[in-house]
Amino acid sequence: MSVAFCGLELAHPVINASGTFDLPAADAAFGESLRTRFPFAAFVSKTITLEPRSGNPPPRLWEAQAGLINSIGLPNKGLQGYLDSDLPAISDLLARIETHHPAPPLITNVMGSTAAEIAQLFDACEQREEIAAVELNVSCPNVKTGLDIGADPRQLEAVVREVRPHLSKPLIVKLTPNTADVGACALAAQEGGADGVSLINTLRATALSNGRPWLGGLTGGLSGPAIRPVALAQVAAAARGVSIPVVGMGGVQSAKHARDLLDAGATLVAVGTESFRDPGAGYRIAQGLENCGT
Amino acid sequence: MRRRLTVAGNDQLGAYRVLRLSDPNGSPPQPGQFSMLATVARWGAGEDERPHLPRAFSVARWQDGEAHYLLKDVGPGTRRLCQLRAGEEVWTLGPLGRGFTAPAEGQRAILVGGGVGIAPLAILQDTLMSQSGAQGCVALLGFRDGAHAQGGSLLRDARLASDDGAVGHHGLVTELLEQELQRTPQACVYACGPAPMLEATRAICAARGVSAQLALESGMACGFGACFGCVVATKDGGYVRVCVEGPVIDAARLERVDAHAGAPA
Repeated sequence: MSVAFCGLELAHPVINASGTFDLPAADAAFGESLRTRFPFAAFVSKTITLEPRSGNPPPRLWEAQAGLINSIGLPNKGLQGYLDSDLPAISDLLARIETHHPAPPLITNVMGSTAAEIAQLFDACEQREEIAAVELNVSCPNVKTGLDIGADPRQLEAVVREVRPHLSKPLIVKLTPNTADVGACALAAQEGGADGVSLINTLRATALSNGRPWLGGLTGGLSGPAIRPVALAQVAAAARGVSIPVVGMGGVQSAKHARDLLDAGATLVAVGTESFRDPGAGYRIAQGLENCGT
Repeated sequence: MRRRLTVAGNDQLGAYRVLRLSDPNGSPPQPGQFSMLATVARWGAGEDERPHLPRAFSVARWQDGEAHYLLKDVGPGTRRLCQLRAGEEVWTLGPLGRGFTAPAEGQRAILVGGGVGIAPLAILQDTLMSQSGAQGCVALLGFRDGAHAQGGSLLRDARLASDDGAVGHHGLVTELLEQELQRTPQACVYACGPAPMLEATRAICAARGVSAQLALESGMACGFGACFGCVVATKDGGYVRVCVEGPVIDAARLERVDAHAGAPA
């Protein structure tokens, strides 16, 4: 049931959502049992920014109704730290997965607050052969307007068009769901030159404890089964509007949920919060899809 | 990866329950390591549609092919686990994290526990006593009242303190620690409990130059380093994940114990 996606050949249609699986940490915890039943057909890194980020102050988590609100704040070692240590470590681990030949491709997720920053990140990704494709996180506030780059279709199209020449590898734009018209944003990404779009990112959310914001970052993003119906609607809206492939995600816990997103027009499905509950969820879901004849 | 284990028993111990999971093929945990637990049936769809995520518990004891966990009903997840009966099943991910390390040559181990946080000290005491006999360690445990203090029977020969004076020393367990450190300055302190107890322990040990290993608690979504949700601030200005760099952290790495980094009181 191999799948073609943006020029990549994947063993099955299940990948991870960015920022929901730390491969070196999972390998340290599970070792052989992770590598023999590897959950994902491609691996998406957490978001990499130009400069290192320590992330938001704790507390960072709030268990919501059938879901999770997180306010992690994209901690990462910065571009140079990623290129020097995380990238070789992840790439080495992917090459050691016994059941996948060739190794699952690595998709590096990046975020910048200006087109110039994004271009610099793309230039670096272009140079490294370990990176098969790039996912651009556009849930980043524009430094001038304060609005998320990805929330306004015209701004999104302009930014993607400006940075596109810096990357010859496949470019996936990770759309924000916190926008009025996600179909228009998907089309804008395509018009700007994206090879694929992925959605949905977390929905902006707040948790109160005794009347005060619980999260150190004050607001966070809601994920998990609570957002699955929203994901289904947004993935369908995006898929209707574009000709490029769509990665669907949001609350997927089972092969049935994955099947729904594929039926709504997605080419791949990503698993996020469910991997927190069950690190083997991606494997279980891919097996389930295969058994029901996808 | 996640395994499906059968409940061997779930017994009342004062204000707590001791959940025993049959795990004949599991790897023996290091003292201080933890597991993520969730019931196979009826996890979720309770009040407020919670719990959703598994919950982290230190292994309290490992014997006869069973892992023991100390439970206290403090919310929807622990409540569901407290209801378990023999024969029901639990998803278990673990053992996870970094546990306690042995005391240095010539140091005596002083175990300081508070409330449900005494759990990892029981398996630590088992290990220390099997290595160096009954002289190997001192156990000091604090509870809010007599019903909770019954949990102290999880350890052997523990000296108790209680907030209401019902059992043992009427006051804080950290007052017992100060007395003990006067008698035994060559010590390594192992502590787990509510954040104020951990912070007092850290401060007492820092003032005396005594090394201390603190088993922290933090809300976790995953337990294996994926979510970056369980961090605590370290002295160097950064954050560390309690699940993979802890839960046992050298007290010297912390400026102070964060209010969110302790066990339920």
